[in-house]
Amino acid sequence: MTQQIFAYITHKNGTADDSALELIVAAKKINPGGASVTAIVCGSGPELDSVCTAMAGIYPEVWKISNPLLSYPNAEINRGVLVNVLPAGAVTLIPHDTFGMDLSPGLSIKQNVPFVSDVVGIDGIDGTSLKIIRQEFGGQVSTHVHCDISAGAVLNIRSGCFQPDNSKAAGTVVDKSGQAGDCKAKRRFVEVVAAEVGDVDITKSDVLVSVGRGIEDQENISIAQELADAIGAVVSCSRPIVDAKWLEKARQVGTSGKTVKPKVYIALGISGSFQHLGGIKGNPFMVAINKNPKAPIFQVADVGIVTNLLEFVPELTEKIKEMK
Amino acid sequence: MEILVCVKRVPDTAENEIVVNSKGTDIERGDLVYSVNEWDNYAVEEAIQIRDKVGGSVTVVTVGDSDSEEILRREMAMGADKGILLSDNAFNGSDGKGIATILKAEIEKGKYDLILTGAQADDGAAQVGGMLAALLDIPYASLVNKIDILNDKTLKIGREIEGGNQEISEIDLPCVLSIQTGINEPRYVGIRGIRKVASVEIPVHGTKDIGIAAESVGSAGAKVKRVDYFVPPAGKGAELLEGSSDEIAEKLIELLKSKGGIK
Repeated sequence: MTQQIFAYITHKNGTADDSALELIVAAKKINPGGASVTAIVCGSGPELDSVCTAMAGIYPEVWKISNPLLSYPNAEINRGVLVNVLPAGAVTLIPHDTFGMDLSPGLSIKQNVPFVSDVVGIDGIDGTSLKIIRQEFGGQVSTHVHCDISAGAVLNIRSGCFQPDNSKAAGTVVDKSGQAGDCKAKRRFVEVVAAEVGDVDITKSDVLVSVGRGIEDQENISIAQELADAIGAVVSCSRPIVDAKWLEKARQVGTSGKTVKPKVYIALGISGSFQHLGGIKGNPFMVAINKNPKAPIFQVADVGIVTNLLEFVPELTEKIKEMK
Repeated sequence: MEILVCVKRVPDTAENEIVVNSKGTDIERGDLVYSVNEWDNYAVEEAIQIRDKVGGSVTVVTVGDSDSEEILRREMAMGADKGILLSDNAFNGSDGKGIATILKAEIEKGKYDLILTGAQADDGAAQVGGMLAALLDIPYASLVNKIDILNDKTLKIGREIEGGNQEISEIDLPCVLSIQTGINEPRYVGIRGIRKVASVEIPVHGTKDIGIAAESVGSAGAKVKRVDYFVPPAGKGAELLEGSSDEIAEKLIELLKSKGGIK
């Protein structure tokens, strides 16, 4: 393949996101023959400079795009910048986070190149047809997707799927700010409102009893609470429970909720979407109780029980109480 | 405000176990229960609430076969005023851009101030809204979990970003917003509501009606092709506890004790 591969670097407070280390690994899978991979960093001020310096230690070339209007990422503005600076045929890798989801579909249209979202694996290239692995139905099944990248492509890469490989480079930083364009947008950033603080801080508990859709009814939350009380744990939950307003947002574990680092995590009726698992760090001892044996949570849990939790968990709680 | 909501009929993952068929060409669809995509349902509820506040109308549109008509009726029973079914054999096998291209052609036949989609559907791609906005050359925001109408030209919106934080922006109309779950509480639709709209006519538009070339969409126009479904080789996976529920509970208690899970 003759095209250049680009990696879009997201960063905050002068530090690049971990995805920067994963995108270069994904790029090498697309072109194992030693791709020339260029990092693109948009931003402003000394924070931008420190990210660019750090990236030059990993990527052979870093394109720096500096403009005060890029100080907070705005997908519409950044899209315009990318359309202006990227050469024809560019294959652009972007982290599949809330910014990448905002940016990439529209970018692919403006560049008139194919887009593949939420890539979890790359299975080689056949001519110009890239063989990509994705998941559907909340991770219950996987698919192979073929994408012709001869004219370029935009690929959103899921975090945690490409293990960082200690890539080192003595890269150069090239200032491309002059090509950024006018940085105008019909959407204007106002502020970030911090997540609400709940009455319980789930990030401070060593043991979490976490409930998902399988709890079925708001009244059944008490089943989880009673187990938590018996073992000295705190109740957390997955997204559908917050959407249904059965528990407050501050109890939600996941990429759109809290990141937790417990020693023990007991998942009751949680299917195990990657957004939920993304909020669990530190490799806790994980117990999954779910009636669906195909639930993805059983792939990552240490111990699994395939059963109706509404019957089993009260029995378990009773036994623990008797024991005490 | 004239609002269009793009919806999709999908297998209901809360009701079904999704299994790959023996040849790996598709999932087993024989016994699947279908429903409207969960995210889309929140989008329709939001559209209805906006219309009830500021006036206007809500139209629901879908690209699909004749079975998709049932979800349009369901959303009309919720309170949407009109439904449009975009259906043509030439649409089969469309990739994300193909679907966005079909929707764009229909949208340009009307006049809409606000276009909503669900943030994602069964394939988890979360792409059609952003593509549609770019094709229409109007602004876009994804993962929207709050909409305030500032005036007839501008909305104030919240996006759900990492860590449960909310990013607030102003966005000019017309625009496309993809709606995140939890933005509202979608109303319940009873059987009576569905009966009420059972005889409302739903127009069906194909390539000729919306003026697009058949080869620009469907599998003919797709640059991104799904070639198979598979179940990845299982990793180590969980050690499954088996036995009577008594035995399982005892094993689990021992394990929890040893890992510091019981205080």
